[in-house]
Amino acid sequence: MAKLTSDVTNLSGIPIDPVYTAANTPNLQLPAPGEFPYTRGIHRDMYRGRLWTMRQFSGFATPEETNRRYLYLLSQGQTGLSVAFDLPTLMGYDADHATSEGEVGKCGVSICSLEDMEILFRGIPLGDVTVSMTINSPAPIIWAMYLAVGEKQGIEWSRMSGTLQNDILKEYIAQKEYIFPPRPSMRLVTDVIEYSTQRVPRFNPISISGYHIREAGSTAVQELAFTLRDGIEYVDWALERGLPVDSFAPRLSFFFNAHNDFFEEIAKYRAARKIWAEVMRNRYGASDEKSWKLRTHAQTAGCSLTWQQPQNNIVRTALQALAAVLGGTQSLHTNSLDEAYALPSEHAVTIALRTQQVIAYESGVPNVPDPLGGSYFVESLTAEMEKRASDYIRRIDEMGGMIPAIERGFPQTEIANASYEYQHTIETGQQKIVGVNAFVEENEPPIEILQIDESSQQHQLEKLKNLKSRRSNETVSNTLDALKRAAQGRENTMPYILDAVRAYATLGEICDAFRDVFGTYTETSVL
Amino acid sequence: MDHRIRVLVAKPGLDGHDRGAKVIARALRDAGMEVIYTGLRQTPEMIVNAALQEDVQVIGLSILSGAHNAIVPRVMQLLKEKGIADVLVTVGGIIPDEDAAQLKKLGVAAVFQPGASLESIVDFIKSSVKQIA
Repeated sequence: MAKLTSDVTNLSGIPIDPVYTAANTPNLQLPAPGEFPYTRGIHRDMYRGRLWTMRQFSGFATPEETNRRYLYLLSQGQTGLSVAFDLPTLMGYDADHATSEGEVGKCGVSICSLEDMEILFRGIPLGDVTVSMTINSPAPIIWAMYLAVGEKQGIEWSRMSGTLQNDILKEYIAQKEYIFPPRPSMRLVTDVIEYSTQRVPRFNPISISGYHIREAGSTAVQELAFTLRDGIEYVDWALERGLPVDSFAPRLSFFFNAHNDFFEEIAKYRAARKIWAEVMRNRYGASDEKSWKLRTHAQTAGCSLTWQQPQNNIVRTALQALAAVLGGTQSLHTNSLDEAYALPSEHAVTIALRTQQVIAYESGVPNVPDPLGGSYFVESLTAEMEKRASDYIRRIDEMGGMIPAIERGFPQTEIANASYEYQHTIETGQQKIVGVNAFVEENEPPIEILQIDESSQQHQLEKLKNLKSRRSNETVSNTLDALKRAAQGRENTMPYILDAVRAYATLGEICDAFRDVFGTYTETSVL
Repeated sequence: MDHRIRVLVAKPGLDGHDRGAKVIARALRDAGMEVIYTGLRQTPEMIVNAALQEDVQVIGLSILSGAHNAIVPRVMQLLKEKGIADVLVTVGGIIPDEDAAQLKKLGVAAVFQPGASLESIVDFIKSSVKQIA
């Protein structure tokens, strides 16, 4: 028999009342959608004016194979591209590096040079399709390759749009794909923001992310707080560089998780917009309303999907996607049912895309901006999340900022504790996970999964050998020397990275040049 | 004399997803074991050397990147070469069933796939190490 306990807290530890009434929101002041502070959405019309972008994160094996998957997804109604790179690429190693053994193409596409980027975007007009690239430590290099491909397609940079994740702070906090120490890394992030502001004005040079923080085990409140406080750190660095706030703030973008607790997630996005709008106007004195509007991508929670009874994941993803839409996301990725097994099969990713399309075209939900606005529960939860996240932000301010907080292990410890406590609720059965510790089935049938074998590595190795014999190694060497000199100084490194990229220096070679100058980073583990 | 089971929890390869490894390390500690966590991006050589130095009875490898077929055999080979092939090796992460079967043929004692309970991992180690001793 189902038992309803009378004391309920949600996953962030917020107590949930047995019922919500007008008494929960006594002095509710709620500006309209499109009005400061945008709690109800950044546009007056939201999805009636334009649907969110359906942007499936994708990439595996070789650029050739990933290009085929991109053309497939675009043909199936996806409206934007999102590139997943393999671990060697993410960590700044070429496919022929010793550390890349067994890793090439397994978690994303292998990109070793401009040649690979050209193949990746073959037949895809970069002036018409926007591309998001999930890359952090080597972000400036991958971005340079993207811009160089645009050049070769004959497209003006002023027409190119897209997003670069380029959010190094959350690497130290959660995703751990750092190469260099924090301060040189922040310099590179700021180089990209500055260069983008000046030369590629339609581009989003950063995607300030909470997704990974949440996947590492944080609560929704921590995800909200640490993401926005990372944003504050980036703004501070850009201002320190001498950029006027309204010159870059409109192009800052965000990336949140869409997790299981339906109403908490909706409240999270609403609170995020309110906090950020007030930070930009009051803390920074931004006067362009575009600087106040938090624009975000969302991805449904990979960590919530199960190995057991994988078809249930379709349901989880659908609910999470709906929460993101009700929460007003600008862009959305839906995970595939085989998330716990492998990268998405073509069949699974098609269902994931169809999930978005059903919500968009059949549910009626996009017809009204912020349809839950005014709900006693959602407004109460929004206010509570705003309060708790603001407390965290204040605490990190008092520590001197996010970099000092990271150096003393503060966000990492919060996340480790939250993830351990959460695991405990599953161990005791207090938190039921269907198919895992409740409604378990024995002898489940196997599912078809995407296989990536070692041929990707072979293919990439041959291409690299070939490339190095065709290019002018002297030119490459000169560009890398010039890059190192710039890195040692205070110039923006982007022009030098572009020169190296155009000469077909490899990703690994350029990262090694930076490693020589900046050194590498090893974390002090927090359990 | 300390009779606690000594476990090395290791993250081999480039994979930086450490949530599972850290939760397990903590759970093993709470269950009374002595746990050494290697941190990220360890090579098989670094892991086996640490196992030797720390005189552990168990190595837990955490791999979510799909690189297990390259990494685990190398670890097993090095354990043989260093004369500590009697160390219990468990693997956790994203390991398809066919690969799990292969790894067990190489001497891996257990493969814990997503959803494995902390209790099952603790119990397995406790009962397996008692057997070896």
